[in-house]
This record gives sequence, C-alpha cells and structure tokens, in this order.
Amino acid sequence: MTTPTEGRSLWRDALERLRRNRAAVAAALLLLLIGLLVAFGPSLSPWEFDQIDWDHISAPPSLATGHWFGTDGVGRDLFVRTLQGGRISLLVGLAATLVSLIIGIAWGATAGYLGGRIDGLMMRIVDILYAMPFMFFVILLMVFFGRNILLIFVAIGAINWLDMARIVRGQTLVLKQKPFIEAAVASGSTTPRIVARHVVPNLLGVVAVYVTLTIPQVILVESFLSFLGLGVQEPATSWGALVNEGAQEMESAPWSLLFPAAFLAATLFCFNFIGDGLRDALDPRDRR
Amino acid sequence: MLRYSLKRLLGAIPTLLVLLTLAFFMMRLAPGGPFDGEKSLPPEIQANLDRKYHLDEPLWRQYGRYLWDLLHGDFGPSFQYRDYSVNELIASGFPVSLRLGSISILLALLVGLALGTLAALRQNRPADHRIMALAMTGISIPNFVLAPLLILLFAVHLGWLPAGGWEGGRGRNLVLPVVTLALPQIAYIARLMRGSMIEVLRGDAIRTARAKGLPERTVILRHALKPALLPVVSFLGPATAAVITGSVVVEQIFGIPGLGRHFVQGALNRDYTLVMGVVLFYGALVVLLNFIVDLLYAALDPRVRYR
Amino acid sequence: MKLLEVEKLRVRFETADGPVHAVNGLSFSLEKGETLGIVGESGSGKSQTALAIMGLLADNARLRGSIRFRGQELTRLKRNAMNRIRGDRIAMIFQDPQSSLNAHLTIERQMTEVLEHHRGMPRRAARKRAVEMLEAVQIPDAARRIRRYPHEFSGGMRQRVMIAMALLCRPDLLIADEPTTALDVTVQAQILRLLRDLQREFGMAILLITHDLGVVAALSDRVQVMYAGRLCESAPADVLFQRPLHPYSRGLLASMPRLDGPPGEPLRTIPGTPPTLFGQPSGCPFAPRCPERLPRCEETPPAPLEKDEGHRVACHLLEEEQ
Repeated sequence: MTTPTEGRSLWRDALERLRRNRAAVAAALLLLLIGLLVAFGPSLSPWEFDQIDWDHISAPPSLATGHWFGTDGVGRDLFVRTLQGGRISLLVGLAATLVSLIIGIAWGATAGYLGGRIDGLMMRIVDILYAMPFMFFVILLMVFFGRNILLIFVAIGAINWLDMARIVRGQTLVLKQKPFIEAAVASGSTTPRIVARHVVPNLLGVVAVYVTLTIPQVILVESFLSFLGLGVQEPATSWGALVNEGAQEMESAPWSLLFPAAFLAATLFCFNFIGDGLRDALDPRDRR
Repeated sequence: MLRYSLKRLLGAIPTLLVLLTLAFFMMRLAPGGPFDGEKSLPPEIQANLDRKYHLDEPLWRQYGRYLWDLLHGDFGPSFQYRDYSVNELIASGFPVSLRLGSISILLALLVGLALGTLAALRQNRPADHRIMALAMTGISIPNFVLAPLLILLFAVHLGWLPAGGWEGGRGRNLVLPVVTLALPQIAYIARLMRGSMIEVLRGDAIRTARAKGLPERTVILRHALKPALLPVVSFLGPATAAVITGSVVVEQIFGIPGLGRHFVQGALNRDYTLVMGVVLFYGALVVLLNFIVDLLYAALDPRVRYR
Repeated sequence: MKLLEVEKLRVRFETADGPVHAVNGLSFSLEKGETLGIVGESGSGKSQTALAIMGLLADNARLRGSIRFRGQELTRLKRNAMNRIRGDRIAMIFQDPQSSLNAHLTIERQMTEVLEHHRGMPRRAARKRAVEMLEAVQIPDAARRIRRYPHEFSGGMRQRVMIAMALLCRPDLLIADEPTTALDVTVQAQILRLLRDLQREFGMAILLITHDLGVVAALSDRVQVMYAGRLCESAPADVLFQRPLHPYSRGLLASMPRLDGPPGEPLRTIPGTPPTLFGQPSGCPFAPRCPERLPRCEETPPAPLEKDEGHRVACHLLEEEQ
C-alpha cells in the first residue's frame, strides 16, 4: 500500500524508528551513563583499585567512609574496583567483537561472493568448527596456556567469527541475486567496485545488529572465564571476577555481590535492548 | 532414511577426530604436567609415574595409543582420581548431568513455548511487552550471577531450599540448579517462538484459515502452531549445547557431582585423560543430539526429504 | 434484495508514517449469480475491498461505511457471527495457491475441517464430500491425492484445490482475488473456464478482482474500474469494452496488447505512476496522469454519475457534456 514517491534513505528511516523505540533509547542512555562512570568514575573516588583500607575490611556501603559500594574482604574499595572491572569487561567486549567482525566479514563475504566449490569448502570448515564445544576449548586454552588478556581476545574472537561468517555469507548470497546487483554487473561494473559500492553498504545493517548483540555475548564469556578464576588475574579485575569474589562472601557482605552483578546485568541488558531495537528498526517488514 | 542416518553419523567422524586431535595436542603442548603439583615427589617416583601412564613416550606414540584405546571404548585411567578409570567417572557423572540437563530443557521448552505463544497472540499489547522485558532480563543475567542471587534469596534469607549438594538428585536439591540452567533458555525460546508465531500468523495460509470461518482456537492450534514450532526445534541443538556448557558452572556453584564438575576439576589438575574423555563424550553427545533434532525437524515438516 | 451491497466504504490504515487511505467512499452492489469484475492497478484498493467484505483486514485498519450481505450488516458483526458466514455463505480464493494453502496439513484435513465446522459433518462424510468436490474441479485420482500435502501438487492443481475448498459449502458469493495471476498462461485459461463452469453449476455470484482486463472479459457480467480507492467507471462488460468513457478506462484498454493490431506497434502505457495514498488529494486522483484534465479536476473530486442504465462514471469531462 505504501508507495512513497521519493526514495528515502534506509538509515535515516531506521534511525527515526529507533528514536521512537523508547526501550532502546532508555537503554542507550543508561549504557552511556555506565560508560561515563566506568571511564571517569574511578578518579572521583579517593581510593585506588588495589589500595587496601585496613580500617574498613568488608565494610558496608557508606558515604562517610568514602566507600560508596563498600569494601571487599581485604579492604579494597568496591566502587573503584567495580568501575575498574567494567573497563576490562567493556574493553574485552569491544576488542574481541572487532576481531570476530574482521575475520567473519572477510571469510563470509569471500565465500558468499565467490560461491561454488570454494564456498562449499569454506563453509564446511565453519560447520566442522561449529560442532566443537568451544567453551571447553576456551577453558582448556586458559588453563593450559596461562591467563592473559590477549589470549582472551583471541579465544573469544575465534568463537564468534563463525556466526558472523555465516550471517555475512547468507546476506551476500541474497544480495547477489538482487536486481540492483545484477544491474550493476550488466552495466559493466568491476567486481571490487560492486563489492565496495553495493555489497558492503547493504551488509552494514545486519553487521550493526550483530555487533550490538555480540558485544554482550563476549562480555558474558569473559565474565564466565573470570568467574571460574580463568580470566583476568589479581589485582586487576573484571565484573566476572568480582561476581565470583562476591558470591563467596555473599552471606556476610551481600553488597560485594550485588554491585558488580547489577553493573554486569545492566550492561548486558542495554546492549541486548539496543541490538533488538536496531534489528526492528532496520527490518522494514515490521513497518506498519 | 536409514541411508541418510548412516551418512550423517559417518559425517560426524571427521568432526570428532578434529576435536580429539585439537584437544589432545593443545593440552600436551602446554607447559606443565599432571604431577607437577606434587612437589614432594622424588624424581624416581615421578619417573615411575610417567612410565606407568606412558608420559615418557614421544607425543605421537601417546596419541596413537590414545586413539587405539579409544577404539576399544577405553578412555584410559584418570590421573587425578587414581583408583578410577575415566569410563567409571563418566558413568557416575553423566546420569547426574543428564538428569539436571534434561529437566532444565523440558522446563525451558514448556515455559518458553507458552510464554512465546502468549506474547505473539497479544502482540504489542501490555502482556507482550511484559513477557518480552522478562525474557530480555533472562538473557541478560548470566547464570553465574543468577545462581548466587537465587542462593542468597531462597537458601540464605528464606531458608526454603538447600544452597547446594545433590543427595541423589532430590527435588529440593534440583530446584535452584534447574531454574538457573533453564531461565536463559526459557528467554531464548520465548523470543524465538514469539517471532516465528507472528511470522506465521501474518502468512497467507492463516488468512485462508480465517477466510474459511474457522474459530480462532483452531486457527492457532491446528494451522499456526506446527509451522511456528519449527525454528524452536532447530534451536534445540544449540540449546542443549548451551545447557551442557552452563552445567559446568552450575555444577561447580551448587556442588553437584556431574560431568561438568569433573571437567573443571580435571582441567585445573591437568588430568589429561579425564578432560579428553569429557570433551569427547560431550562432543559426541552434541553431534548425536543435532542429528536427532534434524530427524525431528524432518518428521514435522512434510516438505523436507532425507537426502 | 441484492446479494451484496457496499455503501460508502472507506478503509484507512494507521501506519507509523501516517494514515494510508486505501478505499475512499466506494459503493457498489452485486445480484445473485452475477459476476462483477473489479479492475485496477496495485494500490487501487481492490484487494482491501475484498478483505473488508471478508472481515480480514489487518489490525491497523479502520473501516467505515456499510457492507450488507443478504440484508445483514457485516461490518458490525462479532467474530463468531462472522465466522458462521465466511467459509460458508461467502468464500474466498487468493492469488498465490502455494502460500495460501497450509503446507503442514494434508488437503483432506484442510477441506474436511470446513465441513466439520460449518455443517457439523462427521469426518467420514466430510471426506466423501471433499473428494466429490475435488472431482468437480477435475483433479484426477482425487480419492488418493486428497491424502497428499500441498507441495505435492502443481500450481494449477493447487488453485483447483483452493477452489474446491471454497465451494465445499456451496457459497452464495465467491470472492476471487487475482485467482490466475500466479499461474502459467495456459493454466490461467483452464482455471477461468473451470470457474465459469462451476458458476453455471452452483449458481453463485463471483466478485472477481484482477488487474488483467483479459481475465475480466472472460468471466464478468459487469466491470468496475477503480483508481486510488475510488470508483472511476462501472458498466456492463460489453459496454465498457466497446465504449469506455473514463480517460483511465480508455488508457487501460489502450494498453492491452492486441493480436489484431498492426505488427511492430509499440505497447501503449499510461504515463506517470499511481499516487501515494498518504493524505487525500483535493481533486480527482487521476488528474496528474490524465491527458484530458480540466482546471477543476485538480480542485474537486468528481462524483459518480449515472450516464446510461447501469453505466456510472466519475469524471468532470462527462458533467461537461450534460
């Protein structure tokens, strides 16, 4: 029924729809707040993340002591540690997503665009790797090769590129059959030009959705590893590690569990809501 | 059908072989060995132990030996629990994990499908928004956060349920771990079911069913439910894998003597054979479950033919 | 009493981008056993008119005006009451038989449920009637093939199944929305012939909705041309084909490819595109594309005028002549 006479930009349209999605907007604002807190919060507090306050060990949250989130079992300030841990968690989330993004797009777009036997072979490799219980591998990797952050990036990035490759390949195949690509081929455009001008821009939507949904997954995996004691090592910390410590003291000091848990859950919640909103906004089928 | 099954199961062999090889060499190439922790061991005893478990042989011979034993269904002896073979440990741990996992999946299916269908039928109305917000919460709270919170509330504060332990899998001991494992899957299944139900309800076939004057109940139950279920059936494979991974953490937190705990303990103690055994066992299980899911899918969709 | 009377029908969709006016004050009626063809481009509101009659409009649709079937007002009926009429007294077939049949149920299940619901027939008797109906639409080996799933039939056979399903309760009115558009040309002709024969046999009225004038010519007693949700012209089929009065009808007829035209003659088209249905135009919606538009066409919409017996036209040009 709707036949707008002038073509409107998909992106401007999507942004407009996203703005009308109140849940997504609220999530974006909350995420921004968390981001600002994580970036600048630690400098607001008089304490350092590894500084021990011998007078306040396992102290409850209080404005008077300056330990706004309380302290942990060895007297370190939990406000600063929670935000410090957030830096690591967010950093790992962004970096590992980037790794999987680059590998995934390159692999998927190549397979999809070339097609034929190369495509078959490349996707068969993805299938085999897909059947692996990757969480086990990551755990093994962390246990046997020591626990450093770089390895976490690589390990997590290595899991997630499989999804990305599949999605990008599928989209490329669909795009390849679209009339405007055929038109570009027929009008004599070269392959790299078609990929750059038509394929990649049309992939951006899916990729944007995927990225916002991958970041929370990655944060989750990192936290999971840290929770098992296999991620970030003392005195550095991350939300997963803090939840682990908090869980051990939750009967006597529930705040040491609740604050990092709340930050972790809120961040994942925000990313998921934004990703969902973005997907709905970019999917014109849902328009009414 | 038989040919298809054979082909599928044979096709799983390379996958499992890759899994085995990767895991084997990754563990062996890493620095450290199973008996490093016990520093008091005199060198001659250390050497004896190494000889007993063939750790003094070249790596490729160990690999060959492992494969050979595996072909005879033998996962080898555990390095850590020296009186037990890995087979025995799996045999004792798996029923526990199986019970935990299958109850969780069943619960997730039951609740997830119901919530998803309800949300789809009340699309964009308050009930829908509430269910979807709830689902989003379920997805966003990691199981290792949820578990301590549940323990804090139901075990520590209210004292209704035990904080951990298994005791032969009594109902009281099952509640919290099952809820922890099922909740994220409930959320995923509800979202999936809502989406696919809405998609199906928008379709031409449903318009035809309504044009025939059928009552709404018949339209939903007879015409929409089966096609809407198909994506959920496909999701059962990944869902089981997620529950298996999740059980690693949940068994650890609740102190449940299942396979997941064996895996973590084995990895931390460099118990090569135990870790290999669990990884291979679970790998084969996931392959098998994916195969069953595909058969189920084909049984539900009349358009699918076995190739 | 007319079989169907539609009066001042308006259908509006509330969308995120604003209201879409799909049908704008349409009135027409249908006699028992008559075939009315509704012709128009996509977006002319012809399909939404059909869905409005069936009570199958999308949730975001707002409906005004009146639809009376055998004297009964349909627009105010509750769903349960409507469910007793549709599928029984009014039946509908759709454009794409592939997606319109349920891929997950056998033909038998999809047919017998109609009789079970409307007639309370037991399964056995319902199956017998369904097989008879499949035979009536000339599906070979019906007793065996009724147990099959839709994907095991060809496109033309599927549309025959759809027709058989629609006719199970011997409806008074069959609404056919582009019944042959998704089919091969040769199959199209067979389906049209089948519809004509079945109409003769069962005596039902047909509301035929199509963009294809050829289909209309094959089947219709009367033709109604629609544009942007409004009536342009309504006339007995032979009158409309021989003496179309509205410039849009003339354009449509001129753009039909003719076998008897001189070879090499280019296909004629109507320049321009149909209007968007956001907002309401102040004048005649066809004015921007009309070769004969008058100054006043852009200002006031023309009202339908009865030119001759049964020939109504909505065009300022014809007011001029009078």
